Amino acid sequence: MTRQKLIVVGNGMAAGRVLEHLFDDAPDAFDVTIFNAEPRVNYNRIMLSPVLSGEKAYEDILIHDDAWYAGHGIDLVKGVRIDAVNRTAKTVTAADGSVHRYDKLLIATGSNPVIIPLPGKDLPGVVTYRDLDDVDRMTAAAKAGGRAVVIGGGLLGLEAAAGLKAQGMEVTVLHLMPTLMERQLDPAAGYLLQRAIEARGIEVVCKANTHAILGETRVTGVRLDDGREIAASLVVMAVGIRPSAALARAAGLDTNRGVLVDDAMRTSDPDIFSVGECVEHRGTCYGLVAPLYDMAKVAAKGLLGTPGAYTGSVTATKLKVTGIDLFSAGDFAEGKGREEIVLRDAARGVYKRLVLEENRLVGAVLYGDTADGNWFFDMVRSGTDVSELRETLIFGPAFAGATPLDPTAAVAALPDDAPVCGCNGVCKGKIVSAITTKGLTSLDEVRTHTKASASCGSCTPLVEKLLVATLGDAYSAAAVTPMCKCTDLGHDEVRRLIVAKSLKSIPAVMQELQWKTSCGCAKCRPALNYYLLCDWPGDYVDDQQSRFINERVHANIQKDGTYSVVPRMWGGLTTPAELRAIADVADRFAIPTVKVTGGQRIDLLGVKKEDLPAVWAELGKAGMISGAAYAKGLRTVKTCVGSEWCRFGTQDSTGLGVKLEKAMWGSWTPAKVKLGVSGCPRNCAEATCKDIGVVCVESGYEIHFAGAAGMHVKGTEVLTHVDTEAECIEVIMALTQLYREQGRYLERIYKWADRVGVAAIRALVVDDEDRRAALLARFLFSQKHAQVDPWAERVAGFEAHEFAPMADVGYKEAAE
Amino acid sequence: MNQMLQSRFAEEWTVVGRLADIPVQGARVVKSRHGDIAVFRAADDAVFALRNACPHRGGPLSEGIVHGHSVTCPLHNFVISLETGVVEGPDEGCARTIAVRVEDGVISLDLGRLAGVAP
Repeated sequence: MTRQKLIVVGNGMAAGRVLEHLFDDAPDAFDVTIFNAEPRVNYNRIMLSPVLSGEKAYEDILIHDDAWYAGHGIDLVKGVRIDAVNRTAKTVTAADGSVHRYDKLLIATGSNPVIIPLPGKDLPGVVTYRDLDDVDRMTAAAKAGGRAVVIGGGLLGLEAAAGLKAQGMEVTVLHLMPTLMERQLDPAAGYLLQRAIEARGIEVVCKANTHAILGETRVTGVRLDDGREIAASLVVMAVGIRPSAALARAAGLDTNRGVLVDDAMRTSDPDIFSVGECVEHRGTCYGLVAPLYDMAKVAAKGLLGTPGAYTGSVTATKLKVTGIDLFSAGDFAEGKGREEIVLRDAARGVYKRLVLEENRLVGAVLYGDTADGNWFFDMVRSGTDVSELRETLIFGPAFAGATPLDPTAAVAALPDDAPVCGCNGVCKGKIVSAITTKGLTSLDEVRTHTKASASCGSCTPLVEKLLVATLGDAYSAAAVTPMCKCTDLGHDEVRRLIVAKSLKSIPAVMQELQWKTSCGCAKCRPALNYYLLCDWPGDYVDDQQSRFINERVHANIQKDGTYSVVPRMWGGLTTPAELRAIADVADRFAIPTVKVTGGQRIDLLGVKKEDLPAVWAELGKAGMISGAAYAKGLRTVKTCVGSEWCRFGTQDSTGLGVKLEKAMWGSWTPAKVKLGVSGCPRNCAEATCKDIGVVCVESGYEIHFAGAAGMHVKGTEVLTHVDTEAECIEVIMALTQLYREQGRYLERIYKWADRVGVAAIRALVVDDEDRRAALLARFLFSQKHAQVDPWAERVAGFEAHEFAPMADVGYKEAAE
Repeated sequence: MNQMLQSRFAEEWTVVGRLADIPVQGARVVKSRHGDIAVFRAADDAVFALRNACPHRGGPLSEGIVHGHSVTCPLHNFVISLETGVVEGPDEGCARTIAVRVEDGVISLDLGRLAGVAP
């Protein structure tokens, strides 16, 4: 049998695997020549990370050594690139000018790292992370120490970061998206991963868009879009790969993103096959090793004239960073008819999410405990019907087939000395005996008598199950209304735990408090965003996508989708210049309605969304800022003219109103807050139906609160009487802070006061001077971060995408 | 009726922007000759497009809060499935969906089959 001539372009893992299959199936079928642009034999590219971290050496990751090639009679040409393919003559031309004939050609050119076209990308010290040369460059740089910046928080970037850290460098990872590895992980797992990476001393900056790489003769750092600069002696770009299809394209083969192949791994030329990261099969390009191996098997058969069928691969990912257990497989996007099973064990740092479709497992994300990864992965690939296993599926193979465990029975089976509440050292026996001997029937009573679940609260579900196990039907769970369907916890519990556990992001809350959905809903997200903003001023970054539209675009949406704009008029005062500016804006933007509001300001109604920044810019030039007429926050301070003009006025109510508004604007609160200051008991500013009101009297200031004049009409309660204006402002700020800290999201002040009691509030804000001082200090600290005019920010370009359509495709033709 | 009209109009894929143009759990508007279209990006990067009008009172869905594969209308809190356009829960109605394709981070919409439906 005459041997055919097979030329292989590229000598990566895919090509190596094809040859292994070929020599297994038909050792004498081909004379093989390999052209490898890298000056090496075939090595295990997925093990680059352990080489970088120093856990392995190059020799450890070789797949085929020189002897293997020699033994199979393969002519391996190292360090020579193939520049052209002549399909008519069936030859390839190498970079050294030599021409070689083939009967069959295998293109396995792999992929190229994506280089972001940033200024400075070509400076020495800027590297990609793709082959051993890159690893050599990185280890050399690491010897000099200093800081490395890794651009890209995906699989490769994080492995590079961990490796460089292990080599002794300081490392910062910049990631464009809000959570790490977003293509493989959902936000909850991404959050846990970030925490683990940070725990190794690697700085992680998400939502970081690199603007430029800095340096003259070599890299000295990077600058982000927000202007921040990070000094660095090494910059690693690990933002992805692109199929290397140029050779195939130049040869006239069908290509798209990659080299197009059919199910037999054949290109559009029947004598040319292609495998690996350079191919595009059924619209998909792969960057993981398992699919390459599947392809290699089929390609080998195809070369031997017995085409197999590759139908695409389900991929699984594991992060190769020692000590971090992470696994994802299949497709874990939400979708029509898809259901998810989520298990969160905050104490162990475990997160598992399974995605089911028509009783089959289609995707899995595991963090913290990946032991069952392969079991799930097999199930994804085989498409096993899991309806029988469903109840215990998430507990893995150890549980499969066993009787589902009744959680109450499991708790009942605990020994008496089993610890339940770690914070206060309370064991099961103590709780059960307290319940039986003292006749306790509620969670609160157990807390009072035993201190169990009274601190961090994470054992609350356990204590409740003990109540059920001990009392049976006599126990009915406390009527805590859950925040929403995503959790069993009520607002107060969530707020307490945010502080107790130092939770500082929405994914952190959802993970640690064991949210039942993967990313919340329209009810809990705005609430959590407010709680985090209130509890961690200056630290928490406002999540715009968890804001209701009005607070996101800082204007009030109207029934026709236009907006209304209300600039601040301090205490209801305005000037001719402000009025002129308002009139000009109304003319210039053809604003259809201009109305005086009930809060003593002017409302411009019917402004188009795209016009908002320009309208604000004009108002801003006249010195006006947002009136926050849309905010769950401080809105207006309505005043009467007071002692400055009024013959009955007892104090300067207008002046006090202006001072209050200047002190309190910008603050976010659970629900809207409107103030009123009246200069005498005739109460022209209607202060006694406001959230907070002041009625001036001869002897000083009467402070009122908890009024309402909306769906409910309710007169205010008197909080206290103070002698001076300064004291009046202080008490009001402390009161507002207490409401900010205790109020449930969307709960107005009067409802909060009903719930916690006017006397209790008075005790903290008026009687206890230390508490008042502390509340005041927290309010003032928060205001330092809150008093930024959102209109000016957006005029300057913040969140610009909000105000422009993404595209306009043919709208104008229709308007003709 | 929609089915009939759809079949009369051929597919017409139009590039409208990049995935990166839409904030995660957010939306952008595409103005078309058939009216405004809201293009959504869910937390898992899935992209959906709906006519930008709530079936209830025509509220701009692009301005709603995106959660899971649903959006809550900013006007009266109707929750609409991004996949089917159907109003979820006890309320009723359906917003028109537009086919979406995302390739290499580039988003295209099928405006052809939208043509037969009055805005």
